[in-house]
Amino acid sequence: MAAPLVLVVLAAVTVRAALYRSSLAVFIAERVEVASPLNAWKRVVEGLALLDLGVSPYSGAIFHETPLIIYLFHFLIEYAELVFMITDVLTAVALYLAIQDFNKVVFKKQKLLIELDKYAPDVAELIQTPMDMHYIPLKVALFYLLNPYTVISCVAKSTCAINNFVIAFFILATIKGSAFLSAVFLALATYQSLYPLTLFAPALLYLLQRQFIPIKLKSKSFWLYTMQYASLYLCSLVVIICLSFFLLNSWDFIPSVYGFILSVPDLTPNIGLFWYFFAEMFEHFSLFFVCVFQINVFFYTIPLAIKLKEHPVFFMFVQLAIISIFKSYPTVGDVALYMAFLPVWSHLYRFLRNIFILSCVLIFCSFLFPVLWHLWIYAGSANSNFYYAITLTFNIGQILLISDYFYAFLRREYYLTHGLHLTRQDGTEAMLVLK
Amino acid sequence: GRMAAALLLLRLLLAAGPGPGRADAGRERRDALREELLLSPLPTGDVAATFQFRTRWDADLQRGAVSHYRLFPKALGRLVAALGVRELHLALTQGFWRTRYWGQPPLQAPAGAELWVWFQPTVTDVDKAWKELSNILSGIFCASLNFIDSTNTVIPTASFKPLGLANGTDHHLLRYAVLPREVVCTENLTPWKKLLPCGSKAGLAVLLKAERLFHSSYHSQAVHIRPICRDASCLAVSWELRQTLTVVFDFFSSGQGKKDWSLFKMFSRTLTDTCPLASQSKVYVDISPKNKEKELLEVSPPPTSVHEAVVQGDKKTYAVYDLLSPSLFNTSRSLNVQLKWKRPQDSSEMPIPTLHAQRYVGGYGLQTGQICTLIYNTHPYRAFPVILLETVPWYLRLYVHTLTIITKGKENKPSYIHYQPAQDRRRPHLLEMLIQLPANSVTKITIQFERALLKWTEYPPDPNHGFYVGSSVLSALVPSVTAMKDVDVEQSPLFTSLFPSSDGSSYFVRLYTEPLLVNLPTPDFSMPYNVICLTCTVVAVCYGSFYNLLTRTFHVEEPSRGGLAKRLANVIRKFRGVPPL
Repeated sequence: MAAPLVLVVLAAVTVRAALYRSSLAVFIAERVEVASPLNAWKRVVEGLALLDLGVSPYSGAIFHETPLIIYLFHFLIEYAELVFMITDVLTAVALYLAIQDFNKVVFKKQKLLIELDKYAPDVAELIQTPMDMHYIPLKVALFYLLNPYTVISCVAKSTCAINNFVIAFFILATIKGSAFLSAVFLALATYQSLYPLTLFAPALLYLLQRQFIPIKLKSKSFWLYTMQYASLYLCSLVVIICLSFFLLNSWDFIPSVYGFILSVPDLTPNIGLFWYFFAEMFEHFSLFFVCVFQINVFFYTIPLAIKLKEHPVFFMFVQLAIISIFKSYPTVGDVALYMAFLPVWSHLYRFLRNIFILSCVLIFCSFLFPVLWHLWIYAGSANSNFYYAITLTFNIGQILLISDYFYAFLRREYYLTHGLHLTRQDGTEAMLVLK
Repeated sequence: GRMAAALLLLRLLLAAGPGPGRADAGRERRDALREELLLSPLPTGDVAATFQFRTRWDADLQRGAVSHYRLFPKALGRLVAALGVRELHLALTQGFWRTRYWGQPPLQAPAGAELWVWFQPTVTDVDKAWKELSNILSGIFCASLNFIDSTNTVIPTASFKPLGLANGTDHHLLRYAVLPREVVCTENLTPWKKLLPCGSKAGLAVLLKAERLFHSSYHSQAVHIRPICRDASCLAVSWELRQTLTVVFDFFSSGQGKKDWSLFKMFSRTLTDTCPLASQSKVYVDISPKNKEKELLEVSPPPTSVHEAVVQGDKKTYAVYDLLSPSLFNTSRSLNVQLKWKRPQDSSEMPIPTLHAQRYVGGYGLQTGQICTLIYNTHPYRAFPVILLETVPWYLRLYVHTLTIITKGKENKPSYIHYQPAQDRRRPHLLEMLIQLPANSVTKITIQFERALLKWTEYPPDPNHGFYVGSSVLSALVPSVTAMKDVDVEQSPLFTSLFPSSDGSSYFVRLYTEPLLVNLPTPDFSMPYNVICLTCTVVAVCYGSFYNLLTRTFHVEEPSRGGLAKRLANVIRKFRGVPPL
């Protein structure tokens, strides 16, 4: 398996290197779909220039990166392109290893359930075989490295790649079962951009499953383990934040980074829903809707945890997608991360209802984004509504894609336990509905 | 012996005689008004007229409770005393002084309204005092100075040093604000004229007729209040109020083809009498010859005297009309100074000022852009430094790592940079640099910016007109060609004593560049309700799908017993004789 992975890595690195040297690099770096006020490379350079001038980077409204990014790029600014390429490659390798391990877990669980006779007799075609699962990790690495979204995100040197890197290592640590490393990487991911906090729940569920601790609210071992994991996570987070304080000897970074993510003062257009909504919001309701939109990201966690407690990795996938869609400054790099997981659920293909339309919507919207941006900003013949419409369509496409996969997943689970050929009471073929 | 002693005593008495009388008169009249009008023909054929009204008051506004105001206007005096103001400079300008073609101005102001104030060290909350001050001035001058708030106020560190007496300059006591969008009109001129001791009824102020003053290329009216030394020993402080008004009459629109000027042509009035409250009232006409031999201008009636001075590095000759001299008004009750050109203007001999600058916006589209400033040093062999102050509103996000300064093809690193980045909706960008300008060079300074999308309520009523960026300020000590002597403020003309001069080899110049007009991307202003509905619909689609999937479970569909429609269909089928559903 190593050789195809190395080939994929080489291809990805070649594509990125070629784009770095071409004239497209400047064009891509300026695109608002790729670089948001939170993770644009231009702003990292600006922050370092302000530090050189003796002004705190957080005294203005330009720089919203965490102090650890300042630490990192203060020394590595000359090798920035290399850093981002290596980050992408490491992310893909981490996902590869994680999915490889996950496949083993899935296969073992499937075998156990078959032996326990939990499955209906006629579901042989739904069971995943090792042959099917053999190429999935490679496909995941391929999907991540050669996804156009990831490539242009890397060429633009958006720090979203570093975000994805930390989340990928968090997923690897969780699936390997190491609670300590998982907590540390989760703390780093939360420190970088607040929203991975919601990934605490799926990680906890997976680790509990791996330790064979039953998830019952009255069980003492459940609470013990939860407290352990939560304290590991919180301690690492506190340590990282205190380390950041010592960089510039001030707490200025907290309102600049977290206050900025939560209160959304900068309305630069991006592929998300926040910017136009708050550009057109009545001042009186601004605070209320900011709170509503932020709660929207965090609020699906508990219901999903209850429904998907047996399938924490799928829960993690859905949660990652919800973060990418509803975060305050989304970019295509965030979309690329959850799309990398789609090959893991390729066995759900037969139950997906609208996959063709949704993939067409996503592809067309991706092409229309730069066109309508140009018409609004440069040609002056369109206005902001055109770009906003494509934003809406793209987000609807993403939402329906995720809910389609969710539907397919739940339907397959039903078929596995109740049998593939369902009959009604009078013997005729039955239809499944959600009631 | 006794004769000599008596003569000595007599001489002493005579010397002391007017003394007590003068001191008595001085004790009654501790304030003095000087008026002055300077007419300077500009190289392009236009004429600039600068009025200066200077009231000097030997009282300490800060300490004693002053209640009797005579020449000094009470509104401004009480303002200075109550808010702890040490220096105040307010200018309202319409138009732009084209330094390249008109030469260095005696006192330039940026387009719009400019207010800069030094507060006393005793003021504890400078921002509060600043807000009160701008509101009170807004009322006094009928200008929208109440729009001055933290989003357009900056604290320069090097550019605006005090022009009056100062001991210690903590720049936290200084505030500077520019409102480039402010328009100047008759409404602002009238309260300005009311502050003059004679109003517009006598003296030079009778020429200030609004319909002629605003029919011009450049109109700037200013108020400057500063403390000065009472005498040479500088043991006591006097307060000086200067009201200046500069107007440039356009040759093409008001000259009607002929370049000959007269007071009547410019102001549609002539001078009839002097202000009785003024201790000095003079008209200066610049008749300096452009090259040494030939005279350029002929003035009539003949002047009372001719004054020579070195002003802004050049030797200049002025024809002086002293309105207080009795010989001026004896033939007719009106004085109409006329200027006739002796020979046609040669455009090749237009002198280029030593320091001039221009600024423009580069780039295209509504996403990014760059501000380019060009500074020209035309001195043939002397280099000198210049301080550049740029105030850029927060919605044009400057990137200081893109700042490039290029002189003669090479990079020119500034020796001092003070940069304060903007905070959204709270304060603007402030960039101050000390740049060395080599002799005979052009320096190009560029900095890139990004245009922000604002909330729909933050756009002005005409959003596609664009947003104004205030002029940048260039302050420099320009080396002068001719050595300048130290001037005594009381004896020399007012236009030479505006800026304090440190030595005779250079003179202080403050230039302003053009204001910029920048377009920002706009949202659609008719759509707030639609946008809220559509975005909430998308969020609701997600919520609805997830709610369904989370709360419902799969069931095998039960056949329905038959609704109303099915039963009706069966009835019709029975009529037709077809088997039922």
